[in-house]
Amino acid sequence: MASLVSVLIDGIIYSSYLFIIALGLTLIYGVMKILNMAHGSLYALGAYVAATLIGAWFNAGLNPYGSLALLALSALLVGVIAGPIIERGLLRFMYGKDEIVLILVTYSIFLILEDVIKLIWGVESYTAFQPYGLLGNIDIGALPYTVYDALLVVVAVLVGVAVTFVLTRTRQGKLLVAVIHDREISAAMGINVGRVYFITFTIGTMLAALGGALIAPKVSVVPAMGVEVIVLAFAVVVIGGLGSLPGAALGALIVGLVRSAAVHYLPEVELFSIYLVMALVLIVRPKGLFSAAEARKI
Amino acid sequence: MNMRRKLVTVATASALALGLAAFAAPASAQEKEKPIRIGVVTFLSGAAAGPFGVPARNGAEVAAEALNGGKVPAPYTAAGLGGAPIELLFVDEAGGTTKQVNEFRNLVQRDNVDLVIGYISSGDCLAVAPVAEELKRLTVFFDCGTPRIFEDASYKYLFRTGATATMDNTAAALYVTEMKPALKKFAGINQNYAWGQDSWNDFEAAMKVLKPGVDMGTSQMPKLLAGQYGAEISALLTSGADVVHSSFWGGDAEALILQGAPRGLFKKSTIVMTAGEPTLVRLGTQVPEGTVIGARGPFNMFAPDNELNRWFRKAYEDRYAVVPSYPAYKMVQAILGVKAAWEKAQAANGGKRPSQDQVIAAFENLSFEGPGGKVDMALGKGHQAVQGTAYGITKNVGGKVTVVNVKRYPASRVTPPDGVKSEEWIKSGFKTAK
Repeated sequence: MASLVSVLIDGIIYSSYLFIIALGLTLIYGVMKILNMAHGSLYALGAYVAATLIGAWFNAGLNPYGSLALLALSALLVGVIAGPIIERGLLRFMYGKDEIVLILVTYSIFLILEDVIKLIWGVESYTAFQPYGLLGNIDIGALPYTVYDALLVVVAVLVGVAVTFVLTRTRQGKLLVAVIHDREISAAMGINVGRVYFITFTIGTMLAALGGALIAPKVSVVPAMGVEVIVLAFAVVVIGGLGSLPGAALGALIVGLVRSAAVHYLPEVELFSIYLVMALVLIVRPKGLFSAAEARKI
Repeated sequence: MNMRRKLVTVATASALALGLAAFAAPASAQEKEKPIRIGVVTFLSGAAAGPFGVPARNGAEVAAEALNGGKVPAPYTAAGLGGAPIELLFVDEAGGTTKQVNEFRNLVQRDNVDLVIGYISSGDCLAVAPVAEELKRLTVFFDCGTPRIFEDASYKYLFRTGATATMDNTAAALYVTEMKPALKKFAGINQNYAWGQDSWNDFEAAMKVLKPGVDMGTSQMPKLLAGQYGAEISALLTSGADVVHSSFWGGDAEALILQGAPRGLFKKSTIVMTAGEPTLVRLGTQVPEGTVIGARGPFNMFAPDNELNRWFRKAYEDRYAVVPSYPAYKMVQAILGVKAAWEKAQAANGGKRPSQDQVIAAFENLSFEGPGGKVDMALGKGHQAVQGTAYGITKNVGGKVTVVNVKRYPASRVTPPDGVKSEEWIKSGFKTAK
């Protein structure tokens, strides 16, 4: 029983982290039809910026609780700087090209960003561990968990609710949904598709960076950390259905819980478990659990 | 990413050394010494660069510069290698085995290096070994741990100056069983690839021999660079293990500590980190007290207090403002091993520059000194080094992390005899171990 509680809690914590990253990925795909291979590097960029800011914050001897705000600031910074540079500087010249070409373009951005990170931060690891233990522990069942991990779950839920609210209740969100549904008709109806793309990519970048910033206090920020996460994020969005927000949430939950159950009950298949679930879902629903019906274009 | 990084370093000190030497030796003899080109392969990009590759490169630079300047203590006071200056060509080890085989061919066939020193990844070592033999170029592995290199094959052109991972895990099992004689259960968390799996298998086998009837708890095998170990830490906490073995390295080791310590994992169980020493250098007092730490040999805090160690620590700290971790030590050990062999061969050749075959003959079964103490090329028909090792536990003293309760294990106790495979040796109950 205690073990089952641990499986659920560990799974939900892991899902929260995956959801934030996968949400950005699926949003960009949904609107722009770009499978953003650079998403992992933007995640890493968020982690590096957060580690740098938190390091400077604690070196300056400022109020430790203020460091939590730096996590959001890091995501914001990366979002508003890297997002527009990539979208305006490169991607906008590629719109309308084949999806495969766009994958290659974002892959090249990924390679460039990996070297940019290396140029700025070198190959040494960075730690920003202070916020992780700052809020203390809570005991759930027989096991201690950090309050920071609970905060991670809260942030993921808030981000999910906020994005859902924007998409369903605001004018901008509805315009965005219209572009997701049909880009050409949206443009014909007078929606500034270029602007929607710009905003979407910036928000997607921000979400990737938020994932990185939130995880920075838990890990050692090292080169190539973005490579691992992109594989998992792809698994999440493929299970949930590319471009689907509830799909990203369910996909993240499935991956998180399956991985957690494997770690607790059958650790030797942990690596394989996520891909097994992905394969099973794709057999039953080749376009993912929440794939939308597509209008046939002639 | 994974770009080939090649830097040609001719230490400026060599010019100075040659200039000074001109007063003592005939100028023509010194000037005619062609530089000895050494290809040095370590990780300069990717996750292994920070904890391993860069310290190793730094160690090579410190050693080459000091050797060229004749500043290394006895028995290495002669400049360069037998008077010839050392020239280093650095190559990035990142990119996988196929790339490394190509890079090795480039070093030998295009750059025409006299020898290659390198390789941290066991996978790269296994891939490069037969190519070194095919190209007939002296190659010295300095760090990779897989015992399979010289247990599964024999080589003429290949040497390894660092001990195998068998030593690390056998000694870890000895240490924890001596430290906790009442231990009833052990568990593990290792990375899911050759290094992690081999390390766990050796540790598990050694524990079962040393403590018959001991319970084995969970064996966690997360993916390399997984980074997040929340569920694994929960599983380890619920396992009730007295001892948890981990061969984690680099960012993964740091993440395990950063996530495990706040949740009390390091208090509930004794954690053994066989490659934990670089983490100690990086995280300092963040590493919880009571963690069992290994350095894959007698390096850094486990190094003997001899003149070579004092010289190396000072030279490294003066240049990089950080203490050298074990990869730096192992790199210097490899370079000094080559120097010892080269000069032995040169002396046997009447003081003239030795041929590659003469250096190889001198290298086989050689004993030489390094900053970590004596190294014996005793296994693999004289091509594989054995060396003692040490383990200790962390203790914070005066705001700094130190290692106490250090126990040293001679090579004969933690390494199989020549011709016996590591796995068989452990399962036989360490037969012939003294």
